[in-house]
Amino acid sequence: MEPASLPAEPSRLARLLRQLGATAFSLFITFIGLLAVTFVISRVVPIDPVTSILGNRASQAQIDDAREALGLNDPTYMQFGIYLRDTLRGDLGTSIRTREPVLKEVGQRFPATLELATLATLLGVLIGLPAGVIAATRPGSLYDQAVRLIGLMGYSMPVFWLGLIGLLLFYGTLGWVGGPGRLDAVYQMSYDFEVTQYTGMIMLDTALNGRWDMFANAFSHIILPAGILAYISMAYISRMTRSFMMNELGQEYITTARVKGMPERRVVWVHALKNVMVPLITVIALSYAYLLEGAVLTETIFAWPGLGSYITDALQVADMPAVLGGTVVVGVAYIGLNMLSDLLYRLVDPRART
Amino acid sequence: MSTLITWLRDPNPASRLQSKLGQSYLSWLRLRRNPLAMIGLTISLALVLMALFAPLLAPHDPIAQELSRRLLPPGTAGNWLGTDDFGRDILSRIIFGSRITLYIVLLVILTAPVVGLIIGTIAGYFGGWTDEILMRITDIFLAFPKLILALALVAVLGPGMENAVLAIALTSWPPYARVARAETLTVRNSDYIAAVKLQGAGAARVIWGHVMPMCLPSVIIRVTLDMAGVILTAAGLGFLGLGVQPPLPEWGLMISAGRKFLFEQWWVATMPGLAIFIVSLGFNLLGDGLRDVLDPRSTSK
Amino acid sequence: MTLLSVKNLRVTFDTEAGLVEAVRGVSFSLGRERLGIVGESGSGKTMTGRSVLRLIRPPGKITADQMEFDGIDLMRASEKQMRALRGPRIAMVMQDPKYSLNPVMKVGAQLMEGLRQRDRVSKAEARSKAIAALEAVQIRDPERVLEAYPHELSGGMGQRVMIAMMLIPNPDLLIADEPTSALDVTVQAEVLSILDNLVKTRGMGLIFISHDLRLVARFCDRVLVMYKGRVVEELAAKDLLHAKHPYTQGLLNCLPRIGGSRDPLPSLDRNAAWAN
Repeated sequence: MEPASLPAEPSRLARLLRQLGATAFSLFITFIGLLAVTFVISRVVPIDPVTSILGNRASQAQIDDAREALGLNDPTYMQFGIYLRDTLRGDLGTSIRTREPVLKEVGQRFPATLELATLATLLGVLIGLPAGVIAATRPGSLYDQAVRLIGLMGYSMPVFWLGLIGLLLFYGTLGWVGGPGRLDAVYQMSYDFEVTQYTGMIMLDTALNGRWDMFANAFSHIILPAGILAYISMAYISRMTRSFMMNELGQEYITTARVKGMPERRVVWVHALKNVMVPLITVIALSYAYLLEGAVLTETIFAWPGLGSYITDALQVADMPAVLGGTVVVGVAYIGLNMLSDLLYRLVDPRART
Repeated sequence: MSTLITWLRDPNPASRLQSKLGQSYLSWLRLRRNPLAMIGLTISLALVLMALFAPLLAPHDPIAQELSRRLLPPGTAGNWLGTDDFGRDILSRIIFGSRITLYIVLLVILTAPVVGLIIGTIAGYFGGWTDEILMRITDIFLAFPKLILALALVAVLGPGMENAVLAIALTSWPPYARVARAETLTVRNSDYIAAVKLQGAGAARVIWGHVMPMCLPSVIIRVTLDMAGVILTAAGLGFLGLGVQPPLPEWGLMISAGRKFLFEQWWVATMPGLAIFIVSLGFNLLGDGLRDVLDPRSTSK
Repeated sequence: MTLLSVKNLRVTFDTEAGLVEAVRGVSFSLGRERLGIVGESGSGKTMTGRSVLRLIRPPGKITADQMEFDGIDLMRASEKQMRALRGPRIAMVMQDPKYSLNPVMKVGAQLMEGLRQRDRVSKAEARSKAIAALEAVQIRDPERVLEAYPHELSGGMGQRVMIAMMLIPNPDLLIADEPTSALDVTVQAEVLSILDNLVKTRGMGLIFISHDLRLVARFCDRVLVMYKGRVVEELAAKDLLHAKHPYTQGLLNCLPRIGGSRDPLPSLDRNAAWAN
């Protein structure tokens, strides 16, 4: 009888790189498509870009010159090509309102949104994941129904309304948290001068600088908006975790683990959870992306100087380059997150590697 | 009544209509057993009724201003939910606002799923380059954060209800295309499709008459689950001033208007939000219940 | 010496459609011998196997007049006591290693789990025991297999790993639930021969559950034939051809025999009365 042995091991690294390459290419195409959409949008603008720069009293000759200089007389595909080239070089145009390069402004505002979304996702996972796991192990129980209901409510609430209620309750009535903005006005001044900004994220920077008084103040300001967004995130994560976990608990390998005499705690939190993490990684990345959207609406309420409020402020004054530039950046972040989740999925699931 | 029920429950239906109605009746019975779904259904029906009978139900004119009665708290006689900064009754505005909400939702769900269904089935049926191109386009729209794209579109086209509907519909169709395509791919190679083709049916007829009906259950489920999302997006656009314009009583717009008075006259911003919340919750509950009934594969029990 | 004694075992499921009885009064006893349980799908044979380990969860319910293993009352034992039995004293091999092994854990980790978690054995010692177990099931490259993931193994190898894993703590009783049904015919013979050898050398009791009557008759000492949750016949394997119950006879008759007649095989005519 022939004893058994393993087949020859394939070059995992090569395969992984090739798959990543394919994904990256596909995402790049999507990126081009995204730019195509924003390009089309920017050309549909009823506001004539020339008049917005030159004003209404420009002579015909001046208008013609300006049109030539702006490249508006070139065929559309050439304009798109220029637009593509500029964007890929990082030139997102100039804000009509402030006359600053959009990219620079976006770069200044992005870390604030990043800080908010990251903290919110962290909280969402920290609470949502265990909630979903425990709900899955007791299907139909009161706990399960409570988790599902709380999750469902999170799906159904307008996030900006929740933000307002939160502000009313926790700031206006109870005074437990700091108000709008990232820091109290008192600290804002000293922050700009005294703290070396490594990341642009106030919590990290103040901690790295050892300024714990500012850290505490920043925390009191971020906790409410982050908490609101975390609730939305937690609703989604707990729901998906529960669904995945229930699916895994019905699998045969769970029986095997029990047959080996493993305690139920280990069966659920080690055996099942490891399998749940595989699709859950994608869910978490998706929820992060979803929070970027939620930030657009919540930032205005909390006067949070992030990308979301940048876009909405620009909207109010019809500053189209700023709006579209911000849209492109958020779109890129979205695409980046998709790619990241794909990458993580391949790393976490051993079956995806071959 | 009972003869109707016996007819519906007949295990040997005599006509297609009877069979279809019978199936729907059985599904309805199963839905009825789910208390949360019933709550959702009630809320949804209440919304429709409120929208239909708004002039009869609302105690006041939603647009008429009465500056002597500004910012009255809830519980005031005649203004159960209070008044806003123009003296307008909030309850009446919410009731009339339901018309706007329902209108937007209806327009979106009549357009986005249809477009998505058509694109998805065509892509799935023809395969090859058609599929590649259509799916790439779908992916591009999917890759866009929905609200941001809707924002950009409305910003460009100008605020207003129709533009808001257009923007929301344009960002909502991709998931339907994906679902429809997935269903089409499963169904495409089955024997009965081959049989219809052999009978000489052209592609259009096969897709319209045979493939699309198979996709309907999944699409319907998605629609009910999406409705809450549509309401929230519309409210978000209204909140940003990009949707319906004042003085129309759109709920999101009302919240935005109430922000100024948040701390002292909290009801101006809170009440409309509560309405949005309840309606979304209702649609979500109904959608969940429908999904349990129509798609046995889903595990939410 | 009786290892396992089961009297009037019943397994019922409380479903939306009403009460479903998967096992309806099954009784048998087992010493250090091989008992085969044969039946079609739905006969209750798998449920019987799982009941012994009390692996059936609500809405399923196990009742029995008696279920005793080596003097331990399995019906009254607490979950903690059952956990102490599962693994070191009673083990189970399942049908398809594609599903019964954890796909995201390395084979080695799964092999060593029982030793490290329950017996608190050091990593080095657990590893050497795992390698020894893999060698006992005729796996040639045990170090490589330890580092592999289940989806990288062929069906036959996966099943061997399963057997090795279950036999590491040296249980007294092994329940094999369709252990070769998911394998190719050629691989089946190999795996069975390994199982045969191990059961013999360790003096274990074996419950072999299968739908394959011939296979069970060749492999086991005694055979239980189940139909719709009941035992319709119990006989020694060598007496199989003298089976009295029409269902067993029917099962035998629909198996082709080399040298038998060339007429169409009779199909099994089920009689509702067999469900008693």
